Amino acid sequence: MTPDVEEAITRAHRDEWARVVATLARRFRDLDVAEDAAAEAFATAVERWPRDGVPTTPGAWLTTTATRKALDRVRRESHRDGKHEEARLLFDDEPAPRGAVDDDRLRLVFTCCHPALSPEARVALTLRMVGGLTVPQIARAFLVQETTMGQRISRAKGKIKAAGIPYRVPTSEDVPARLDGVLTVLFLVFNEGYLASGPDTDPVRHDLTTEAIRLARLVRDLLPRGGPGWGEATGLLALMLLTQARAAARVSATGELVTLEEQDRGAWDRALVAEGHDLVRQTLAAVAAGGPPPGRFQLLAAVNAVHTHARDARDTDWSQVVALYDRLVRVDPSPVVALNRAVAVAEVDGPDVALAIVDRLPLDGYHAFHATRAELLRRLGRSAQAREEYGRAIELAGNTAEVAHLTRRRDQLVPDPLPGS
Amino acid sequence: MPKYLMSVFGPAERTPYGSYETKEAMLEAFADTGAFNDKLVAEGYFVYADGLAEASTATVVDGQGEQPVFTDGPYLESKEHLGGFWIIEAPDLDVALRLAAEGSKACRGKVEVRPFQTEESVREMLGQ
Repeated sequence: MTPDVEEAITRAHRDEWARVVATLARRFRDLDVAEDAAAEAFATAVERWPRDGVPTTPGAWLTTTATRKALDRVRRESHRDGKHEEARLLFDDEPAPRGAVDDDRLRLVFTCCHPALSPEARVALTLRMVGGLTVPQIARAFLVQETTMGQRISRAKGKIKAAGIPYRVPTSEDVPARLDGVLTVLFLVFNEGYLASGPDTDPVRHDLTTEAIRLARLVRDLLPRGGPGWGEATGLLALMLLTQARAAARVSATGELVTLEEQDRGAWDRALVAEGHDLVRQTLAAVAAGGPPPGRFQLLAAVNAVHTHARDARDTDWSQVVALYDRLVRVDPSPVVALNRAVAVAEVDGPDVALAIVDRLPLDGYHAFHATRAELLRRLGRSAQAREEYGRAIELAGNTAEVAHLTRRRDQLVPDPLPGS
Repeated sequence: MPKYLMSVFGPAERTPYGSYETKEAMLEAFADTGAFNDKLVAEGYFVYADGLAEASTATVVDGQGEQPVFTDGPYLESKEHLGGFWIIEAPDLDVALRLAAEGSKACRGKVEVRPFQTEESVREMLGQ
């Protein structure tokens, strides 16, 4: 295969997979049929395009080919009224159902992230159906056996079918609540890529972060600007971009995690930072124009905008960060948010104030809790306790680069001064 | 249209007022559930609904052998048992979940929503 054709197939897969699956899912009302037919259409493209050339409209070619494959299957399996059903599917003159937004792909996203599915199933199904990742790829990403992942996906598809999970965008008033589930799935995918767990995985899985960003872009583009959920979708995309912008500076040449404070800011991706800042400005403008108050993704994006504005870690406007976390705590009163707020409090009010907050949080057993305590204890000169906390954090951290970082920090501790010295 | 079973589970140990603490709480829940049932009927979702006597009144029958065997008590030992249910017809799960949320609020209990088998799903099972 020439590089040109290979590139065309890769691009078509990236740009058209979700569209093909989504169109077929609506037409055939069956995710299994849609997924298999899309996969077959791409396999046919791999076979034909090198010989016949790349079609002028690859998306249309793939949809037509996939439709034919699906019809073949329906014909093989049709029981009664087969001809009638076939005709309906072939002509598809039924208007697409209308939701808040009339797009098959958005419908697909909402179906895959339906609250009646388990969170693990939502992530897996979204990556397969919307992202076009293969089952082995998804299994590798989440460190589970391929057969387990395959079963998880087919069980989810089975439930969608048997329980009658609709293939539909929720009504406008339901969009914000349901969209939050969608954004959470994408955020989970991004986080797993950004802080990959497991001793044998790369510390940053660019395949997952890239995919999460691509899907976040897609979801945001599909929502009407300024409409329900648009602000949070924009916030999530900005959050991902501003985080991804720092990826190159985040792991050292020796494979160690580099904290925000120690990062070489010159190595940040300025284009991603600029795009992220622009998105944050758009959300601020929407709120100022009387839109809904910012949710957690917009607030987290704003926190990251503050960090990425500072040319030097010392220039960080920490009181602004604390103010944003104060608002975030009201939206999301979880102890993890309180922990992140405490990190900012340490910069404004000192490590003792922060430690008093952290000590009250019910997060024993969470690696970031122990890592934060360790850092605060270190700054307070309580080395023995800090050493113990680093030890707990190292035990619990799943990311190789983070373990390396914590180990170095622990080994750099100076012993406590002897009493009386 | 798909049918769904909406089951309500309650503690095996009942108070004199079923799964409610007081008579007033029971009467309030009954009134709200009655209103919810009327709404289901009016909107065309209602197939059937009822509450069950407590689990200890159940008898298990095994008729697979030559003589049927009767055993006292519910089929499964459990801290919680099916206390009542609705059978509804709804166009899809989103509608069923919305109704279940209303039903849950009315009867003051958690509701499990489960689809019935369909002709199509049975045919698929048979490989036809």
